[in-house]
Formats: sequence, structure tokens, C-alpha cells
Amino acid sequence: MSQADGYNFAYLDEQTKRMIRRAILKAVAIPGYQVPFGGREMPLPHGWGTGGMQVTASVIGTDDRLKVIDQGADDTTNAISIRRFFARTAGVETTEKTADATLIQTRHRIPERPLKNGQILIYQVPVPEPLRFIEPRDSETRKMHALREYGAMQVKLYEDVARFGHIATSYDYPVMVNGRYMMCPSPIPKFDNPKMDRMPALQLFGAGFEKRIYAVPPYTEVKSLDFDDHPFEVQQWEGSCEICGSDHSFLDEVITDDAGSKMFVCSDTDYCRERLAEQSAATTEEVAL
Amino acid sequence: MSNTAQTPWQDIEPLLSVQQLSKFYAPGKGCGDVSFDLYPGEVLGIVGESGSGKSTLLNSLSARLAPDAGKVIYRSEQFGELDLYAGEESLRRQLMRSEWGIVHQHAADGLRMNVSAGANIGERLMAIGERHYGDIRARAEQWLQAVEIDSNRIDDKPAQFSGGMQQRLQIARNLVTHPRLIFMDEPTGGLDVSVQARLLDLLRTLVAQLGLSVIIVTHDLAVARLLAHRLMVMRRGEVVESGLTDQVLDDPQHPYTQLLVSSILQN
Ligand SMILES: Nc1ncnc2c1ncn2[C@@H]1O[C@H](COP(=O)(O)OP(=O)(O)OP(=O)(O)O)[C@@H](O)[C@H]1O
Ligand SMILES: [Mg+2]
Repeated sequence: MSQADGYNFAYLDEQTKRMIRRAILKAVAIPGYQVPFGGREMPLPHGWGTGGMQVTASVIGTDDRLKVIDQGADDTTNAISIRRFFARTAGVETTEKTADATLIQTRHRIPERPLKNGQILIYQVPVPEPLRFIEPRDSETRKMHALREYGAMQVKLYEDVARFGHIATSYDYPVMVNGRYMMCPSPIPKFDNPKMDRMPALQLFGAGFEKRIYAVPPYTEVKSLDFDDHPFEVQQWEGSCEICGSDHSFLDEVITDDAGSKMFVCSDTDYCRERLAEQSAATTEEVAL
Repeated sequence: MSNTAQTPWQDIEPLLSVQQLSKFYAPGKGCGDVSFDLYPGEVLGIVGESGSGKSTLLNSLSARLAPDAGKVIYRSEQFGELDLYAGEESLRRQLMRSEWGIVHQHAADGLRMNVSAGANIGERLMAIGERHYGDIRARAEQWLQAVEIDSNRIDDKPAQFSGGMQQRLQIARNLVTHPRLIFMDEPTGGLDVSVQARLLDLLRTLVAQLGLSVIIVTHDLAVARLLAHRLMVMRRGEVVESGLTDQVLDDPQHPYTQLLVSSILQN
């Protein structure tokens, strides 16, 4: 694919990219710390991942292969338009295969297939400040981070247990990065939290509206908050994926007809497809024997 | 009844030593050249009319407002003798959630209004590293009872509480980590007289039971008489008179104090 005329490579001007890269370098140097940056407007409304796109635009190179997912799927409108945007403005290859991608921009999921060192996972972040719910003032939350005053964060979990009898927070579940900074993992399901811990890939987070970038470098400790008597747990399902039979992936409930029939399928469409392909390859082999 | 202090203060070191503390927003607006010692177990009242600089002084004493001049020396359990404003802010904030308590005039300034009573009390415990939900909740229940709030209100938000209950919740939220020094700014302000009386009673009991040291700001001399061992009278930013509460109120020396005392007698 060739790059469209009239735009700079990957749409953003070089000066903005340099500024964002400096923010990224700082973010990588201080895992979990939110670095402010002077973001540019992207040709998409906020809430469509403009923070993630600015990060992607700043790190993407001509030989990168980009995958974009939205809730685990490569084929939603949002994922397709972001993928097309970079195919057009950067002329890069795109892929739906997790294993083949060098860059993965994501909204609300981490792929099921373990990521490798050398890959970069870029999260779209709507609200970057984990302490926001209890402290509206930015000057104060900055101080709380600086002084590691995280008692208030535990208050959120306390409220969950008091109200529901267990920690009910199931998305954007707060984590402690490298034993130092409290961080929002963005609205991924807590099912994905353990994947962040010591992940071999670099994780970058871009919040477009609040203009913050943060990062988790490869192999960094990421710990989900909990209580001694209410330890962190991930979601579990009774059944397995009705397409590929997976009993270990994050499942979405899909309504299949007007009568309200439901079924559970993998939210990671690429993972599901790969498993099916493997299974049919195995069956073909058996038949051939 | 008498509040005259019985302890031989001379033998012990002061908890707080204030030396020529000044903070002025404008001439006459703030507080100037204030010096005193506060001893363990002592309750000091700061009285004076509106605008006399009571809150300014209290905020400077409690590490929330840097003074223009002077020093506040605090003898900390954890950190030893501290020159408050010479040290790091992190240290001051650490004191505020461990050895100190701060009770605000407006409960909304001292409580987290969007979380439950239990979470309000538990926050300080969690801030110092407690991670057992069951223990935290049990302590919150104990402290609700200690401030005479039914423990089945533990999951209610402060907004569902009356003004007097909110103040008592604020007190519980502070006392849960067993602070030694409490700063209070008009804790009974804006409450009905009967509600005030109940709160004052509770405060007196807790102060005596826990051996707390307290600095309390009030413009209400009746409150001062009931709670404080010693008084400082402020006018236009200056301390015009200080001494044992009964002495100051029964035999005021400064004309301003005389005026203050007689005006309360009139109404
Ligand atoms: N942040 C500020 N900026 C400017 N002036 C201030 C500020 N805070 C207080 N002042 C002024 O300083 C003086 C002392 O105020 P302070 O609040 O200490 O009085 P107070 O004795 O607590 O009064 P009150 O009984 O009404 O609470 C007042 O004239 C007040 O207007
Ligand atoms: Mg005041």
C-alpha cells in the first residue's frame, strides 16, 4: 500500500510526533506515571481513540505491521476506520493476526495470544486518573501520586465489598505498577489484568481528551489491588466458546435471534479464528491418515 | 465546674512549641507574633470575634498554611522533634493522617461525601497499609459506636446524616488511627443548641478517655469554657490575653476580653 498524498507520514506533523515521543520516553522511564503532552486534534471525535492514535502515529514506521482491535474484534467500525487511517496516511501493512503485528492499537481488550518482546500494545484511554473518582482536583491527585498516598484507592474496593459482598469492579480495575504508581489499565476487563504483569511487550497508554501518556515497559510488575480477605479474581464462565470451544478466553454474550437466544463466543475474534483453523487442520490431518 | 489543669506541665516537654508565628494576608488580616507551648493532654481554646485570625492561626499550626515568619516545632512519635515548615511536605501530610486529626467546621470539607460512613472511617486505616477488609469494617463499626452513631448506618453516605452526626463521623474518621493531637475549627458551628450540647459532651469524654491534646477554635465562649483548659484571646490578628480558662473568663484583664465576656453575658 502506498501513502496518500497531502499528509505527513502517519498524519501528524514531525514536531508533534517528536513531542509525543519525548512524552513516551519519559513514560517508559517512570512506569505508570502519567506524562502530560500537548496533543493535537485528530480527525476523529474524542472517545474514538484519539489518544491511542496519536501514540500510534508517533511510534509507527514504514516497516511496521498494524493490528487494531475494539473489544477484541478487528472488524468493528472503529477498528476498521483506524486501521484504514494508518494504511492510508502511513502506507503501512495491516493485519488481523496478533502474532504478525508489530503494533497493536486496542480499545478495551488485550489479545488472548501472549504478546512477544518487540511488539507494542497501544491502549486507548478515556479516563487516565485512577484517583479521579475520589478527588476531582488535579493538583491534589498529582500530589497524592507524588507522595504515594493511595489509601483512597483502597476505599473504592472497600465500597464494592460493602455494597456487593465482593470486589465488583470488573473493568478498568486499578493496578500498582512497579510497586510505585497507581494506574488505570483503561476499560479492559479485569480478566486481562494478569496479562499486563511482566508482559514481554511494551505497553503504551494514550488519553486524548486529558492529554496524558503513560507506559509499562516490558517485564514490569503490574499488581491488581485487593484485600487480604478478598483477593483479586478474574471473571469466569461456566461454558466455553460455542465457536472454537475455548474454555480459557474472555467470552462475550451474543444474542442470536429475536427470541433472545444467547450464546457465548470468544471476544478475541482472531484468537477464535486461529483455534478453528488449527482444529480443522487437525481434522484434515486425521482424515488424511 | 473547673477545667483547671492538674498536670505539672513543667516536668514534661511540650508537644507543640510555637515561636513568633505570623501569617498576614494584609495588615491586620491574619495572625501575628503568636508564641505558646501545648503540653500532652492539654486542650487549648482560641477565641475571638469573626475575622480576628483564629482560622488563619489554626491552619498555620496544623501544617496547612505556611507562615510568613516564625516556627512550629512538633514532637512526633515517629519522627522525633520536627520543625514543621522546614521539612518536606510529605512528612506534614503523613502527620496529618497518622498522629494528627483535623476536624473542620463544615463536615463536607473533612468527609468524603460520595462514599459510605464505613469507608470514611476506614480510609485512614487503609492509608497506613491495612489490607484486611473484615478488620477495617470491624474497626469502623467500633468507632461509629464510640461517637454514638448506630453501627447499622455504616453503609450510609454522610449526606444521609444530620449535621451533628456528620460532625461525629468526622471525629470518628480522625480518631481511628489514634492521633495524639487534634485541631478543630468551630466543630459545633451551625448546629442546634441541643445537638451542640451532645457533641460537646462526646468531645469532652473522648478527650479525657484518650488523653488527646486539642487546639480548638471557637467564637463561642460557652464551648471554650466547657472544653478548654487554657484560652488564647485574639483580636485583629494578635493574641491580647491568654491564661487558664476560668481565669480568663472570670477575671479578664484586657479590655477587649472584658467586652467579649460581657457581651456573652448579655445574650
Ligand atoms: N485566603 C485569604 N486571603 C485573603 N484574606 C484572608 C484569607 N483568609 C482569611 N483572610 C482574612 O484574614 C482575616 C482573618 O481571617 P480568619 O479566617 O483567620 O478569621 P477567623 O477568626 O477564623 O474568623 P471567623 O470567626 O469568621 O471564622 C480576615 O480579615 C479574613 O478576611
Ligand atoms: Mg474561622
